[in-house]
Amino acid sequence: MSADNGYYVPHQSIWPIVGSIGLFVTMIGLANMLTGAWNASVLLVGATILLIMIFGWFGAVIKESESGLYSQQVDRSFRWGMGWFIFSEIMFFAAFFGALFYARQFALPWMAGDAGRLVTHEFLWPTFEYVWPSSGPAELGGEFQPMGWWALPTINTLILITSSITLTFSHEAMRHNQRQKHINWLALTIVLGLIFLGLQMYEYVYAYTELNLRLETGIYGSTFYMLTGFHGLHVAIGAIILAVILGRSLRGHFTAERHFGFEAAVWYWHFVDVVWLFLFICIYVL
Amino acid sequence: MAATTHDVHDGHGEHHHGPAKGLGRWLFTTNHKDIGTLYLLFSLLMFLVGGSMALIIRAELFQPGLQLVDPHFFNQMTTMHALIMVFGAVMPAFVGLANWMLPMMVGAPDMALPRMNNWSFWILPFAFTMLLSTLFMPGGGPASGWTLYPPLVLQTGDAFPFVILAIHLMGISSIMGAINVIATIFNMRAPGMTLMRMPLFVWTWLITAFLLIAVMPVLAGAVTMLLTDRYFATSFFNAAGGGDPVLFQHIFWFFGHPEVYIMILPAFGVVSQIIPTFSRKPLFGYHSMVYATAAIAFLSFIVWGHHMFTVGMPLTAELFFMYATMLIAVPTGVKVFNWVATMWRGAMTFETPMLFSIAFVILFTIGGFSGLMLAIAPADFQYHDTYFVVAHFHYVLVPGAVFSIMAAVYYWLPKWTGHMYNERLSRIHFWLSVIGVNVLFFPQHFLGLAGMPRRVPDYALQFTEWNMVSSIGAFIYGISQLLFVYIVIQTIRAGDKATDRVWEGAHGLEWTVPSPAPYHTFDKPPKISTADAHG
Ligand code: HEM
Ligand SMILES: [Cu+2]
Repeated sequence: MSADNGYYVPHQSIWPIVGSIGLFVTMIGLANMLTGAWNASVLLVGATILLIMIFGWFGAVIKESESGLYSQQVDRSFRWGMGWFIFSEIMFFAAFFGALFYARQFALPWMAGDAGRLVTHEFLWPTFEYVWPSSGPAELGGEFQPMGWWALPTINTLILITSSITLTFSHEAMRHNQRQKHINWLALTIVLGLIFLGLQMYEYVYAYTELNLRLETGIYGSTFYMLTGFHGLHVAIGAIILAVILGRSLRGHFTAERHFGFEAAVWYWHFVDVVWLFLFICIYVL
Repeated sequence: MAATTHDVHDGHGEHHHGPAKGLGRWLFTTNHKDIGTLYLLFSLLMFLVGGSMALIIRAELFQPGLQLVDPHFFNQMTTMHALIMVFGAVMPAFVGLANWMLPMMVGAPDMALPRMNNWSFWILPFAFTMLLSTLFMPGGGPASGWTLYPPLVLQTGDAFPFVILAIHLMGISSIMGAINVIATIFNMRAPGMTLMRMPLFVWTWLITAFLLIAVMPVLAGAVTMLLTDRYFATSFFNAAGGGDPVLFQHIFWFFGHPEVYIMILPAFGVVSQIIPTFSRKPLFGYHSMVYATAAIAFLSFIVWGHHMFTVGMPLTAELFFMYATMLIAVPTGVKVFNWVATMWRGAMTFETPMLFSIAFVILFTIGGFSGLMLAIAPADFQYHDTYFVVAHFHYVLVPGAVFSIMAAVYYWLPKWTGHMYNERLSRIHFWLSVIGVNVLFFPQHFLGLAGMPRRVPDYALQFTEWNMVSSIGAFIYGISQLLFVYIVIQTIRAGDKATDRVWEGAHGLEWTVPSPAPYHTFDKPPKISTADAHG
């Protein structure tokens, strides 16, 4: 059952076009929701189509993989693909980190009259003094308290770091063909991820109700929620991927030598973890 | 499974089958040649749609005063024209060329990730349906210019989220396309096709793909922030909340400048294939071409500020961006030198692909020179947002990127269709294009230096003559592209039988397979001989 001499080229596939239609319906639904024209139903239809596509597409890939159609070379294509996909995600986060950096290093100090930027300061915001966190000279969103870094965020950081370690154990177990151990560590990783998400949700509720820290709390609220929000979304996606992998492992997929599906999930999880470390330092600590 | 049945479908093995029948062939295909064709045809369609918008712009500007369209619609036209040409015409055309040629050039059976390849393409028709539909929405389409600067862009009507999400779709498509290119080039080369033996078109695409993956997500981030600023009350670009509209410009141009190189590096690759063929000499300075491409790509990340000289950056930033930008002229100059040196004392002939390539070298260089003028920060205070900028970027994009696409189509069309195009008609197309393009864009330099601002539907009387000339050139150029459409259709349907090598001086793997290239090429990796490696 080895196809190591050829490159598997699937003949035809309906899933990409299903995916395009799903994306289209989702986007149309979302746009019409934003303009206030529609409720969420079309968006949900689109998301459902996308889910069906993902199941169908990955199902086909998994079937092909398990029936031994993939050579080493196909495996390498998946590796290149996943690696560069993660790089694109890093650049997506970079845009928001860039916004945070720019606001703190340039926009706000300049508005406060730093570096000879007197005109804006004098004519528009003569009383503005720069302190971080800031909701800007107009103090949009009203009085607020910043999110501290101690307690919850630190616990969350420890949880995510631990989850990366447990996942590494799971990976090691897989390499040594210890399936039960692999499954246990993997399950623990997912649980840690879910706890992280739960605490993150708790933190948001706390921020809204106790601190009056909102999305509309000027640039601080914007960057805080945008960065942690997109990160949380990625943790959720990562947890779902790991859950799928867990399901596959339970069914006996993967071998000690060949388990790229699992490895891709591991890469993704570590990536999400590293983004959090940056986030923790830039958003919470500094 | 036996080793040879690697293109099975649903378990039942059959190999060396041709394309499927009917519409399903195009919707479900995983074949790089089919997908390449789809990309190219889509790009041609968008080229004509975007071109019509340009003609509306030029018709309005034929005379001072407002005669044909109202100013708001005029602004929608400039915005849509640019978005469609950049994301719908030029980029997909190069992806189409990549799809057709990369696997054949490196000796691969197909692209590395064939299903994702299909998805990359089929997102585009939906994305552009969404974008174009905004023209019919309350408040009209986007009218902010393709650069989407806030706060202006936030005044777009109901079209706003549609524009943003359409851009997201285009980004997803580009990123997947680029990932596929990288995986194909790194993983699918035939044994013996070492990196330094790859044809330059492959090299330039590899580097372009890297640029795409690095900057398309940044654009996605930028437009996402626009979306949340408008609908969720964030303050990224709102000074009252501590943000800054200039922040958007930084993020946008961090994407935007590499983006212009995304549109020109594959063009460099194309002419680096064509000029050696018709000069019957190997490419001069192959290694320096590769390194120059990489240097340009690297520098393109640290020059974005040259689009923002007038927004009030600190002096040190002005100087840094000015010198960094000028530095790009060095590797660019290396390339131009190498093309000229390749032609030097070559046994040259002037078939249409070569004509377009030579025009490319000359006219792109003019665009590079005006770029250098714009790169001088103190001078740019005068030129910025005038027609001089319009002239600059159209010189690099039309007789630059678009000419190279035309050259590529004429060069490889016999390989794709098995038929020769009509040489006489194509020369007419070439000459009309060169004349049209120069009559169209050269006077815009004068207009800009004299102070005519860009993106205006009306202008002061002293600008009339050159605007008229420019508009006449626009119609010559625009209408002569219909001839191109005719030539392509004619070649597909009839035309003399093409030989396998097609061009006497052509080297490379793509010329070793029959014309038209069979549906599946290189099921077994070919042996690479030195003659088939680059020039
Ligand atoms: C020698 C190389 C180049 C230099 C030094 C250069 C320099 C510049 C500068 C300084 C500007 C800003 C002008 C202003 O707004 O005041 C500019 C604008 C522009 N350039 Fe270039 N450029 C070069 C090559 C290219 C290439 C190869 C392309 C595309 C294929 C390109 C496309 C553009 C575009 C589209 C704009 C205008 C963007 C806008 O404001 O809408 N440039 N260039
Ligand atoms: Cu630039």
